[in-house]
Amino acid sequence: MVPVEAYFVLSALLFFIGVFGFITRRNLIAMLISVELVLNAVDINFAAFNRLLFPEGLEGFFMTLFSIGVSAAESAVAIAIIINVYRNFHSDQVNSIENMKF
Amino acid sequence: MSILSLFVVIPVLILLGLWIARNLNQVRGVMVAGSSCLLALSVWLTVAFIQARQSGNTDPMLFTYSVAWFKPLNIAYAVGVDGISVVMLLLSSIIVFTGTFASWQLKPLTKEYFLWFTLLSTGVFGFFICIDMFTMFMFYEVALIPMYLLIGVWGSGNKEYAAMKLTLMLMGGSALLILGILGIYFFNGATTMNVMEIAANNHIPADIQNVFFPFIFIGFGVLGALFPFHTWSPDGHASAPTAVSMLHAGVLMKLGGYGCFRVAMFLLPSAAQELSWIFLILTTISVVYGAFSACVQTDLKYINAYSSVSHCGLVLFALLMMTKTACTGAILQMLSHGLMTALFFALIGMIYGRTHTRDVRKLGGLMKIMPFLSVGYVIAGLANLGLPGFSGFVAEMTIFVGSFENGDTFHRAATIIACTSIVITAVYILRVVGKILYQKVADPHYLELTDATWDERVAVCCLIFCVAGLGLAPLWVSNVIGDAVGPILNVINF
Amino acid sequence: MDYSYVFLILLLPALSFLVLGLAGMKMSHKVAGLIGTCSLAVVTVLCYYTAIKYFLIDGRDATGLFPTVTAFDFVWIKFSELLTFTIGFRLTPISVMMLIVISTVSFMVHIYSFGYMHGEKGFQRYYAFLSLFTMSMLGLVVATNIFQMYLFWELVGVSSYLLIGFYYPLHSAVAASKKAFIVTRFADLFFLIGILFYSFYVGTFSYDLTAMPELHQNVAGVAWVMPMALFLMFIGGAGKSAMFPLHIWLPDAMEGPTPVSALIHAATMVVAGVYLVASLFPLFVEFAPEALHWIAYIAAFTAFYAAAVACCQSDIKRVLAFSTISQIGFMLVALGVCLPGETSGVDNTVEYADVNGLGYMAGMYHLFTHAMFKACLFLGAGCIIHAVHSNEKMYMGGLRKYMPITHVTFLISCLAIAGIPFFSGFCSKDEILVACYNFSPVMGVIMSAIATMTAFYMFRLYYVIFWGKSYYETHKAEGAHQPHEAPLTMTVPLIVLSAITMLVGIFGTLHVFEFGEFVSANGIGFGTHINWAIAGTSTVLAILGICLATYMYKGEETPVADMLARRFPKLHQAAYRRFYLDEVWMFVTHKIIFRCISTPIAWFDRHVIDGTFNFMAWGANAAGETIRPWQSGDVRQYAVWFITGTVALTLVLLCI
Repeated sequence: MVPVEAYFVLSALLFFIGVFGFITRRNLIAMLISVELVLNAVDINFAAFNRLLFPEGLEGFFMTLFSIGVSAAESAVAIAIIINVYRNFHSDQVNSIENMKF
Repeated sequence: MSILSLFVVIPVLILLGLWIARNLNQVRGVMVAGSSCLLALSVWLTVAFIQARQSGNTDPMLFTYSVAWFKPLNIAYAVGVDGISVVMLLLSSIIVFTGTFASWQLKPLTKEYFLWFTLLSTGVFGFFICIDMFTMFMFYEVALIPMYLLIGVWGSGNKEYAAMKLTLMLMGGSALLILGILGIYFFNGATTMNVMEIAANNHIPADIQNVFFPFIFIGFGVLGALFPFHTWSPDGHASAPTAVSMLHAGVLMKLGGYGCFRVAMFLLPSAAQELSWIFLILTTISVVYGAFSACVQTDLKYINAYSSVSHCGLVLFALLMMTKTACTGAILQMLSHGLMTALFFALIGMIYGRTHTRDVRKLGGLMKIMPFLSVGYVIAGLANLGLPGFSGFVAEMTIFVGSFENGDTFHRAATIIACTSIVITAVYILRVVGKILYQKVADPHYLELTDATWDERVAVCCLIFCVAGLGLAPLWVSNVIGDAVGPILNVINF
Repeated sequence: MDYSYVFLILLLPALSFLVLGLAGMKMSHKVAGLIGTCSLAVVTVLCYYTAIKYFLIDGRDATGLFPTVTAFDFVWIKFSELLTFTIGFRLTPISVMMLIVISTVSFMVHIYSFGYMHGEKGFQRYYAFLSLFTMSMLGLVVATNIFQMYLFWELVGVSSYLLIGFYYPLHSAVAASKKAFIVTRFADLFFLIGILFYSFYVGTFSYDLTAMPELHQNVAGVAWVMPMALFLMFIGGAGKSAMFPLHIWLPDAMEGPTPVSALIHAATMVVAGVYLVASLFPLFVEFAPEALHWIAYIAAFTAFYAAAVACCQSDIKRVLAFSTISQIGFMLVALGVCLPGETSGVDNTVEYADVNGLGYMAGMYHLFTHAMFKACLFLGAGCIIHAVHSNEKMYMGGLRKYMPITHVTFLISCLAIAGIPFFSGFCSKDEILVACYNFSPVMGVIMSAIATMTAFYMFRLYYVIFWGKSYYETHKAEGAHQPHEAPLTMTVPLIVLSAITMLVGIFGTLHVFEFGEFVSANGIGFGTHINWAIAGTSTVLAILGICLATYMYKGEETPVADMLARRFPKLHQAAYRRFYLDEVWMFVTHKIIFRCISTPIAWFDRHVIDGTFNFMAWGANAAGETIRPWQSGDVRQYAVWFITGTVALTLVLLCI
């Protein structure tokens, strides 16, 4: 039996790896993947806390499934945006897209 | 519906007419018809007002009408006129009428120009007929905003800077103003925005009054060219097109003095008594300072703008003297300065339109080339320096006699200092007249220039007629004003 | 007692001004001139009719005084319950006398100008301004209250400005007109302040002492007010009447056409100050006799100063201008040396005997006679200038052969101003000297000395113009054209004015005509007798002055005068440059007012005040610029801030 803390450690690791990746990576796809990692960390937390706090309930698992669904949709949108960005800027590097400033 | 609402309805109809108008002649036709209607209306109003007063109607406001507009804040569209507003409306309609003729030949985007011009006059008329603080403020803003475009688009010289500066400074004034208005509204129990009702039932504590009086007085004072908030005036006037300068110096600056009297002093009487000395010092400085500055300017419009600072300073100065004679003089001075300065700006615009310079050092000998405009300029100059027979003399003398009714040394000293402005005025007026009109023709190219066209003659003659008329028969105007000033001063002086 | 027609006296010139001003350019010169002259002829007839009616037909009332008649008086503007600005028409002995003086001289000038201004550009404008001036001046003298006087006072000022600047293409004319207006305006400022003080404490603008019984209690607590107010008003008068140091505008005012100088700057407008003091005379005597004496001192100094300068000027109009200043000084000295008399117990007003009020009569008398002979002198000078086309004495000389009528009339006027018996100046100047000796012997001696100087410089002028070396004869070869006598329109006024001078002189010297019967300080008529001790001395002194002038200037060469000028070059130069007072004033106006006040103020406005607002705008801009880079557009940077913030917030919350 894996102790429940292990799930939290894994989730924390995943989260910070995701954040680190999001901040350091310049490639849009890599950033998207990092965001997915962050989301997955959240999903694991949902499941683990559900198990720890309310063993009878299933709301956490539902939330996990819901979140996975949302992230799938979000990924689809994000990839669409990235493709459009690539078409317009001929680059998938974030630092080439600075039109948002000022 | 009160007859006064026509003052707002007619400009709106003019706006519609302009919108439909297809060519230049139609635009001009609409403007002439509309401004003549306004002029006729204000003349009719003056006559009706005097008749009503003579038949014994002593209500503080006549032709009143009020309809709730925004219930939760007690904002109402409330209109009414007393003697002061009547003469101001008369002044505004004269200036709008002559301004139309003065911008007869304005070329690019004539239709749009007149649209903004009319919108500006809507604001001015609305301001003078309203007796609800918030509606007054709204019309005040309506009058200010078009200035930005009128100067920025149709101006000359450093017009973007001037337009921005003017708008920002006046907006700063309005920011203070709205604070002051809200202060009055809430500290008087948040029951009404109507000026007359607040004055009749005024229980704002004295210390609160002292806080809000400077807000409103400075807020309006910015527009009334109160030292040191006057610096928008030289730049703004110098860059504005002719008719806008006329309307601005002639009428818009009067909104300041009118507001100071109608709102600041009327609704915050104890603060007015207590703080008047500060503003009296500032206005005395305005009067002398503006006149001295005008002495060394080289741009005709700058000279006139500083002269306006001096003369409008005299308006606020007289209001703060708080005697009936002085306040009557102040309103007379608004009227007289409005007409004279409009005449001046009209003439400067016409001269500039021909010579393409306003630099006094480059002009000279215009009397030979354009006698009509030059004679008009001499008359305007003489009126400005207070020659008897023109309105300036009447107004200034009323102010000085009224100011002297205050027996203490401080007011006396201020009056005597302000009196010196009549000499300095003579200095800068005669300097300009001597330089640009007399002597030898400065530039041989000027010899080919022509004298005034018929539309310019209409504008100039109309204004000269009014200035001389007011100067020759001042009694009726001063009676109309004096009757209105009395009740307000009774409130201010308890 | 029906004077209802008098409104025409003001209305006709006003109408003629309007007609000529508005439609003048459409008229021929002749029509315009005729309109002006005819309206003035009617005014003159009405003025004479009024005078005859006032003095002779209606005469004195039951109390033995000439009544003060207010023909009409309507409210022009109501300042307050107390102070009402009325415009009216008031007849008193002095105002009626002034009506005569103004209408006579003005009418003469109108006729004269037909010849003098013939063919000038702006002929119509000239006549319009003349009408305006006449209207204003008449309005001034018939003022029912001090504010009406101030109103017309300003109007005469502006007419004078317009007429001095008549030749507006000339720089000197423009500068002179500007100077005249501004200097008198400066003086008027004090006049206005005086009026304000006066009206506040007295409670009315009226200056009729007898009509204000409550005046004494009104000013009872504030004894300083009346002397101050009256003296301030006098400063206004000093500006118009060219008293030192406000006289600087008058010599320059000679840039105007010569008939204008005759009318405005010799006969009528410049005596407005004298008229003002005379109108306020009861008040002065009652409340401020010291102020009155100060006026006398100022006037005496001015008279001396102007006489000294007049001895050295080369421009004949300037000599006449300084002589005018000097003669006005005489008039004001005469008014100033009057003494207050006994206080009567009944109503606390001052009663003064004729001996105390002699100066008043003498001053007014001199005003009257001076107006006539000085106008004649100026018009004569106009004829000469017309003939030689210059103001400078070097172009003249020996003109008596070419211009006999001008010569004779000029001589008569010179004799009158010098104070020779049987000429009008003698009668008035003699009374002034008597009044001065009554006041103090020092004043009398000083004024006698100035009278001698007057005789000297006037005859210097006379000899320089009409005798000596003729410019025409010496420069014939170089194309100088022959001077010729002026046309009839110009000589007739000269003859009329010198005839008046002669008639008044003869009848006055023989005491057939007694000016004191009509005008006197207390209203009671009195006759004078010649005090031969004084009159004889002054006549002898005048003759001595004339002899000296004859000795120095009659000949072809003027060795004595040249020698004196060489001997005292500094003094001569200083007198010629009018003791550098113009330079002082120029320094004050240009260096101090423009350089040291206006320019710094304008700089302060542009840089400090405007700078403050520009700085505020710059501050807002700079703040925006500072925080602008925070919006970098880099998503990852935003994320760093976002996460750092979240972590920090979490930590803070955890710690709490």
